[in-house]
Amino acid sequence: MITLEHVSKTYSAGVPALNDVNLDIEEGEFVFIVGDSGSGKSTLIKLLLKELDPTEGTIMINGKYLNKIRRRQIPKFRRNIGVVFQDFRLLKDRNVYDNIAFAQKVIGEPSSRIRKRVPQMLSMVGLAPKYRSFPKQLSGGEQQRVAIARALVNEPKILLADEPTGNLDNNNAWEIMKLLEEINSKGTTVVVVTHNMEIVKVMKKRVITVKKGAVVSDSKKGDYSDED
Amino acid sequence: MKINTFLYSVVQGIKNIGRNKMFSLASAATMSACIFMFGLFYVIVTNFTGMVKEAEESVAVSVFFDAGLPEEQMKAIGDDVAKRAEVSDCVFVSAEDAWNEVKEDYFEGREELAAAFEGDNPVANSAHYEIYLNDVTMQSSLVRYLEGLDGVRSVKKSEVVANTLSDFNRLISYVSAGIILILLCVAIFLISNTVTVGISVRREEIAIMKLIGATDFLVRAPFVVEGMVIGLVGAAIPLVLLYVLYERIVAYISERFNFIGSMLNFVSSNTIFHSLIPIAILLGVGIGFVGSVWTIRKHLKV
Repeated sequence: MITLEHVSKTYSAGVPALNDVNLDIEEGEFVFIVGDSGSGKSTLIKLLLKELDPTEGTIMINGKYLNKIRRRQIPKFRRNIGVVFQDFRLLKDRNVYDNIAFAQKVIGEPSSRIRKRVPQMLSMVGLAPKYRSFPKQLSGGEQQRVAIARALVNEPKILLADEPTGNLDNNNAWEIMKLLEEINSKGTTVVVVTHNMEIVKVMKKRVITVKKGAVVSDSKKGDYSDED
Repeated sequence: MKINTFLYSVVQGIKNIGRNKMFSLASAATMSACIFMFGLFYVIVTNFTGMVKEAEESVAVSVFFDAGLPEEQMKAIGDDVAKRAEVSDCVFVSAEDAWNEVKEDYFEGREELAAAFEGDNPVANSAHYEIYLNDVTMQSSLVRYLEGLDGVRSVKKSEVVANTLSDFNRLISYVSAGIILILLCVAIFLISNTVTVGISVRREEIAIMKLIGATDFLVRAPFVVEGMVIGLVGAAIPLVLLYVLYERIVAYISERFNFIGSMLNFVSSNTIFHSLIPIAILLGVGIGFVGSVWTIRKHLKV
């Protein structure tokens, strides 16, 4: 589903962010990517979203080499990837319903489908009663649920979550992780970049550790320990 | 493009105006101020040009004929002259008409003195044509042509007036072109700055749209619709204002300053606004369109 072969990324200032990264993530997997700040995790997410191009190497997602995707094809490519951020990135001037519907409107879905799909997503993330609330009226956990609903409303095959619990308290963080696990159980490949080692240890999923731009360990499901 | 996408862009563009009230107000006000200045200048120049044109059209070249030339021959010359492109009107003044004019000008109230000339027209050789021009700059070439005609005794022209008018006309065209260019540059600069601020505030929204798979068109379209609507409003306000002001000022001058009113022939508001309305709307909508397309370009590289 996601394959990186000898991927390196050096920023224009000459700063190396990733160095010869090789990765293979299968369809339906749940993978944690961990590492210190500045280790290259966010660069990796940006490369997977084709926000950035690698300096060297190739990336293949859903059977397509990203270096062969033209600029005008990027929107279509991104529609197969749901993305969730630490700071939620909701549209503050739109309510919960409109934030989720927004993702469908931008791809030109008919209104009838939007009216059917948005309530489904609201039920899935447990926010059906709050569909008229605005982001500032919601807790951090609720905002992240809206972001997850928005990321999934177009039924992407992959969900990338960049520090999804970074701004949440422990209880909300666990709620979000449970939601992501549930989403994964329905077949969506989930890649979570996180600092929260407690969650990583307890959830016993595959863990890829990145350090100074290189993959230093890749523990299979349930094999990860602190020493890694 | 799907109809849903098109409708979404239009609706979002209009909603964005409400969502960003302050920015929309600032943009519309800037646009209004610029178009008001432009309109004001346009109204002044149109009136000025109209008055100069009127003055030009009143400049006549008089053609006098050889003594004894039959009137039919004079009229044949007149017919030929009237066919020329630069000639707007060609009026025949017979010796009789010329004498009547003299009587009116010099013997008014002393008709008994004029009666002494009864049967003996003192300006018997004064039958002539008064030729009016479309374009006063063509006066000298017309005079050369007239002087070359058989039967023409003399051609009287007001060269100084013609030259002054054509110089003045040229000056007006240069000055108006220069001022319009400056106003346009100022308008584009101010408006693109306001649009830049508005779009910078919404960088986040643009980035989100791009990351969830919106095409460049879909990201840009609501901003463009917004820019065009603001442009339309920004053009409509000064147009209404200028129309009301113009009507009132012309009426005021005509009523209060009778002397000036009779000297100056103001162009009717219908004539001015017939051309000013499409120009101003095109300018407003065009600047809104170009400004938003141009400004959003750099934010699309996500």
